[in-house]
This record gives sequence, C-alpha cells and structure tokens, in this order.
Amino acid sequence: MAGSREIRNKIKSVKNTQKITRAMEMVAASKMRKAQDRMKKARPYGEKIRNVAAHMSRANTEYRHPFLISRDTVKRIGVIVVTSDKGLCGGLNTNVLRKVVNQMRAWQTEGEEIEICCIGNKGLGFMSRVGAKIVSQVIGLGDTPEIAKLIGAVKVILDGYMQDRFDRVYIFYNRFINTMKQEPVMEQLLPLTDERVYERDDSNRKPRMAWDYIYEPEAKPVIDDIMVRYIEALVYQAVAENMASEQSARMVAMKAASDNAGNVIDELTLIYNKSRQAAITKELSEIVGGAAAV
Amino acid sequence: MGIVFHLDIVSAEESIYSGPVEFLVAPAQMGEVGIYPHHTPMLTKIKSGMVRIKAQLKDEEMIYVSGGMLEVQPDVVTILADTAVRSHDLDEAKAIEVKRAAEEAIRNRQSELDYAKAQAELLEAMAQLAAIDKLRKRKH
Repeated sequence: MAGSREIRNKIKSVKNTQKITRAMEMVAASKMRKAQDRMKKARPYGEKIRNVAAHMSRANTEYRHPFLISRDTVKRIGVIVVTSDKGLCGGLNTNVLRKVVNQMRAWQTEGEEIEICCIGNKGLGFMSRVGAKIVSQVIGLGDTPEIAKLIGAVKVILDGYMQDRFDRVYIFYNRFINTMKQEPVMEQLLPLTDERVYERDDSNRKPRMAWDYIYEPEAKPVIDDIMVRYIEALVYQAVAENMASEQSARMVAMKAASDNAGNVIDELTLIYNKSRQAAITKELSEIVGGAAAV
Repeated sequence: MGIVFHLDIVSAEESIYSGPVEFLVAPAQMGEVGIYPHHTPMLTKIKSGMVRIKAQLKDEEMIYVSGGMLEVQPDVVTILADTAVRSHDLDEAKAIEVKRAAEEAIRNRQSELDYAKAQAELLEAMAQLAAIDKLRKRKH
C-alpha cells in the first residue's frame, strides 16, 4: 500500500489549502460589505460638489476654470490607473491593465506621450515592469481608502494639467456593478466633460441664469478649491469602487478555489478507495491461490 | 414652526449631517458667518473649527469640521467638509512625496515602454484564468 499513503497525504494537503481559501472567502465577504458601504457613503459628496460646480459654471462668467476648458491639440496624456494592492482576486487587475495597455498603444500610435499615476501595488508593479513612465504612485491604501492618501498623487496630475504637461487626463478602474460583475472602465477626468458637470442636475433643477454666488474672499481661489476637491472626489469614488470590486472579485475567486479543492478531494478519495480495494482484492486472491496450492 | 432650510454636511468619505435647521454658524475664512433661511447665495471656504447648528425643537449641536467649503442657497445649505487638514504647503509636501517614491521606483529599470512584454504578461495571466474557467466548466 505504498501508493495509498501518498494519496492520503495529498488529500490532507488539498484539505489544508481548501481551509485557507474558504477562510479568505469569508474574510473577503465581510470586507466586501464594508467596502460597498463606503462606496455608497462617498456618493453624496460627489453629487453635492457636482451641483455646486454646475451652478458655478453656469453662473460665473468672468472666470472660467481651466479644468472646464477643453484643449484642441492633445499631445500628452495623463493616466491614473487604479488597481488593488493584493492579488488573488481573479482577473480583476488583469482586465483593467489590459484595457490600459490597449488604450496606451492606440494613443502612442497617434504620437501622444503618456505619463502614469499608479494607485495600487499591482498596477505599479506591472507598469514599472513594462517600462511605462510613472510620475506618481500610491500604494498600501489598506481596507479603508482615505482621501488624505490620494491628495498628493492627484495633485501631481492636476499640477501637470495646469502647467500644460498634460492636455487630457483619464482614469482607469473597475466599476462595481454587482457582486458577480465588475467592469473595467476608462473615464475622462480632465478637462471635465459636460456630462460630468451637468448630469442629473438639469432634470430636477431649472437653470437660473440671473444669479451668481457671493464669493468670499474672491471668486478665483474659491472656484479653484472647489474644482480640485471635485477631482479628488471623483478619484476617491473610483478608488472606493475599485476596492468594493476587489473584495467581491476575491470572494468569487476564493469560492471557486474552494469548490475546485472540493472536486480534487473527491477525485483523490475515489482513487484512494480504488487502490485500497485493489490491494485487498490482491491479498485475498493471493491467500486463495496459496490455499489452492497446498 | 419657524422657517427652516435644509442643511447637508458631507465629506468625501461619509455624510455627516442632513436635515432641516433654523440657523447655523460656520467658521468662514473671513470670520464666522451665521446663516438664516433665505440667505443670499454664497460660496466660501471655511476654516477648521466648530459648526453650530440649531435644529427645530432641539438644542444647539456642534460639529467639528477640518475645513472645507460652504455653499449657501436660499433654502439649501451645503458644507463640503474636508477629511484632512489642508493647506497649500501640506498638499505640496504630499505631492513631492509621491513623486519621489515614483522616481525611486523608476531609477533602476529600462526606459522604453515594452509593449511586447506587457502583452505577453497579460496574455499569460488571461490564459491562466481561461484555463481555470474551462476546468471548472468541465467539472460540472
């Protein structure tokens, strides 16, 4: 019975793996719920600030913020890539990175320069391996994305835009659709498209052209601050969505891994039983054969 | 019933307060401002400090904000609160920090963007995933 011990050991090791994947599945499930909550909590801020931006862009005619003005020639592009810090979450990061690479190749054939800001370790590792130009990076966000950690990275990109180092800025992340489905998306961050500014606002509120805010102390710094915060809120929202996507993708991947381990165990058990049975049969026939010989 | 307006205090990470209030006092950049219903539209920065809120039939409530924006419309007031203490210098320092981290990571590696390598790496990962998927389907 030399083979059966090996099979038994194998079964034991697969069972241990299954325990790990099952534990990870449960951890991911509980984190997912929290991540979804955070994603939802971030929404009101985004909506409010968009309303303010919409009012402002309609009301204030003397100063138009650069973020709202689209540029005719696009030479350099800034890209923010949001990925997870950790792996073991199925095709989540691969999908978004593939989208990024395809898009980058298309841009490069048009002769545009691309600079990248990486949020998340996986994207950073990939981008630096393939030799993309990385201007800023944020890794180790943990389970709770904090806007404070994103400020620096966003500022590098915004400064680049203000100093004409970028003519356009895009963000790539995984949009959370439901637990089973996450979708890699590309969105234009700068200049702010009309739909970003006006969306939803027009349906329930008639534009009133006559009024403007009183700005204190002055219009320009206040508008600048609002715009920067708006962009930050958009990036934060993307990061929060990506995190919810990460946890649910991990949960699904780990569930699949646990199921697979179960299948492997079933198969191995069958083989083990068969070999045990064969050994017994062999022994019996030997005894019977021996008795007949006597 | 006195006249009220709707107040929302939101930060990027959560909604802090939402409901009808009679008046509020906020630490605006130029000094404290008190807002009653039907205030003229106003947009201002606020400093870190206490926002005092008086809701109907309730005692005054104090909420700490670490700076942000105050938007006033005749019957809706919104405070967009920052979650971190912000200033130009602090933001600058953070930006320099992330830049430096990226530069350090870049220092020892090839400069050209290697699409072939990127493609190969992604294809491998995709193939692995597809194989796992197929394996699963076969089992069921």
